[in-house]
Amino acid sequence: MKTKMLLAGVTAGVMFAGSVLASTLDDVRARGKLNCIINTGLAGFAAPDDKGNWTGFDVDFCRAVAAATLGDADKVNYTTATGKTRFTKLAAGEGEILSRNTTWTFSRDVDLSQTFIGVNYYDGQGFMVPKSLGVKSAKGLDGASVCIQTGTTTELNLAEYFKGNNIKYNPVPIETNAEAQELYKAGRCDVYTTDASGLYATMMSFDNPSDHMVLPEIVSKEPLGPVVRHGDDQWADIVSWVLRAMMAAEEKGITSKNVKELAAKDNKDKEINRLLGKDPLQGLSKLGLSADWAVNVISQVGNYQESFEKHLFPLTIKRGMNALYRDGGLHYIPPIK
Amino acid sequence: MTFFSNIWRNEKSREIIVQIIVLFFLGWFISWLVMNVNANFEALGKDISFEFLFIPAGYDINQYLIDYDSRDSHLRAGIVGLLNTGLVAFFGIILATVLGIALGIIRLSKNWLASKIAYWYVEFTRNVPILLHILLWHGIIINTLPHPRKAISLGEVTFLSNRGFYIPKPLAESGIELIYLFLVVAIIFSIFFAKYCKKKQDLTGIQYPVFWINFSVICFMPLIAFFLSGMPISLEIPALKGFNFRGGMHMSPELAALTFALGIYTAAFIAEIVRAGILAIDKGQTEAAESIGLKPSKVMNLVILPQARRVIIPPLTSQYLNLTKNSSLAIAIGYMDLVATLGGISLNQTGREMETMLIVMLIYLSVSLSISAFMNWYNSKVKLVGR
Repeated sequence: MKTKMLLAGVTAGVMFAGSVLASTLDDVRARGKLNCIINTGLAGFAAPDDKGNWTGFDVDFCRAVAAATLGDADKVNYTTATGKTRFTKLAAGEGEILSRNTTWTFSRDVDLSQTFIGVNYYDGQGFMVPKSLGVKSAKGLDGASVCIQTGTTTELNLAEYFKGNNIKYNPVPIETNAEAQELYKAGRCDVYTTDASGLYATMMSFDNPSDHMVLPEIVSKEPLGPVVRHGDDQWADIVSWVLRAMMAAEEKGITSKNVKELAAKDNKDKEINRLLGKDPLQGLSKLGLSADWAVNVISQVGNYQESFEKHLFPLTIKRGMNALYRDGGLHYIPPIK
Repeated sequence: MTFFSNIWRNEKSREIIVQIIVLFFLGWFISWLVMNVNANFEALGKDISFEFLFIPAGYDINQYLIDYDSRDSHLRAGIVGLLNTGLVAFFGIILATVLGIALGIIRLSKNWLASKIAYWYVEFTRNVPILLHILLWHGIIINTLPHPRKAISLGEVTFLSNRGFYIPKPLAESGIELIYLFLVVAIIFSIFFAKYCKKKQDLTGIQYPVFWINFSVICFMPLIAFFLSGMPISLEIPALKGFNFRGGMHMSPELAALTFALGIYTAAFIAEIVRAGILAIDKGQTEAAESIGLKPSKVMNLVILPQARRVIIPPLTSQYLNLTKNSSLAIAIGYMDLVATLGGISLNQTGREMETMLIVMLIYLSVSLSISAFMNWYNSKVKLVGR
């Protein structure tokens, strides 16, 4: 019902919204706060801590953009969205960024008129089962009841994978991760499927994580990343270079601990100088950012590695594909020059 | 000047002027809405198109009354969802009506305990939001019933588990035609027999137990045919295979929970409507009926209820509409109704929120209007004929 109300609200929002177009950066600066759309609750990515503050890997990215554009990582309003409402909310202008483990696909990029600005987490869809079920492979799931989160690429992958392998199954579509967990725990489903990162996050929230396992099959490519609306290239550039700055900082060994120190001195590596505003970075003024944008990001939020280790290591997630290119992963950052 | 003030003072022309002004503003508001939608869609770089209805949906649906496969179109997925909405509304309306009428009558009973139980049922049920009813029933079914491997078995043919209820499914074999034939004959016989008895009663006053005779004929004729033609119906008995039961007929926990919740919730309102309808009939009617020697059941069925029906039907229509629309809360427990398919997954996979929402709204509107039209027709049949 909540979702329905939201959808109706958003549809009405599209009906009534004024059609004024200003630059997104100006809007954010005028408001003094960044509006960021995040998950309704997924441990490690976006979940409230014991003081009620949103924290997580995706939340960190919102904070990083706020640090770069407003100079203060805390100036963020968070709006939550389910898998279903997220694109509508972004399109209706309820946030400047959608930072909610969203898979980059052709039709979402092209048909929904939004811009994927990069990948901050390489993921793939997996299956979680209770160990007591005695299943060792996804091929052994014939006839199983499968809990799926609706409104994601997950249900399409599932349909394609099971059809391709000629496996019959009984889909149980669920709106949010929290509800899906309850149904899985109550035994309504034999299997829970979502992105592997989400499975680990869910598993760690159980009383006995060791009673469950993630099956070895990863059935899809899920490059997750932040999304912005089509049409404001300046804003898309800002958001994508904030992400790259965090990764470049890891590559160059710049951390929240040493960033102030490195920014104050003349480094041998001129790329560090350009990133931290010591040497001029050509075109920065076109983004409308101040010279210390990256210093703000790294000092207040940290580099990519720090954010990853802080939020995702507790879930026993390894760097794997998400290591930098030089460490055997997939993150390859264009040069900052 | 006097011309205008004359027009304004004339009641008839004043009414027309006011209506024209209201209509003008309404039209202006609607066209402003449409233009604003267009402007905003243009600003977002989106167009309005219904082509997505014909591309493959790509997702599976766990309950379908017509054949459905993930390669079928979004349109077909929407129809599957609509039929699921219809199915749960159908079951829900039957349950709500039967339970509601019974409770309404029980509440007027002279038996103190029975009437109080009905009273507490109504007060408790209708004061708890419907969404909680749905979640409660779903929670009860999936948390208290066992896993399929430990399912509760009734005679090894019917099984209850937290994956739903499984009952044997009758399968037709050759020779089944005889049963259909006997059934049709039995029904035709019943109609004629009922007419004959009515005529006889009108002429002589002699009453036959028409209902029981017809009931027996309709039950036993096909049964005789069943044995005559060599038992051409076999049962497909559900059996545990792998993770779940296979075969037989299956009612999912979601459908069961939704039917119970909608039926039980709406029954409380219907009970009040029925009670109001009965109380609206003057006590003298009962006394008059009793004075000519009618049994209490006949008093209720022949005198009170036919009159009460006129009071009951208009608000009952609203309850049926409410039940049908409330079924859209199905999405909370993952029942794949119209809102969950076309207004849910299809919307999300295609990003056509305006189009899907418009379609879903139009469908609910037309379903509601058809129920309403049917009930109005029924109402006009039973209403007091003016003389």
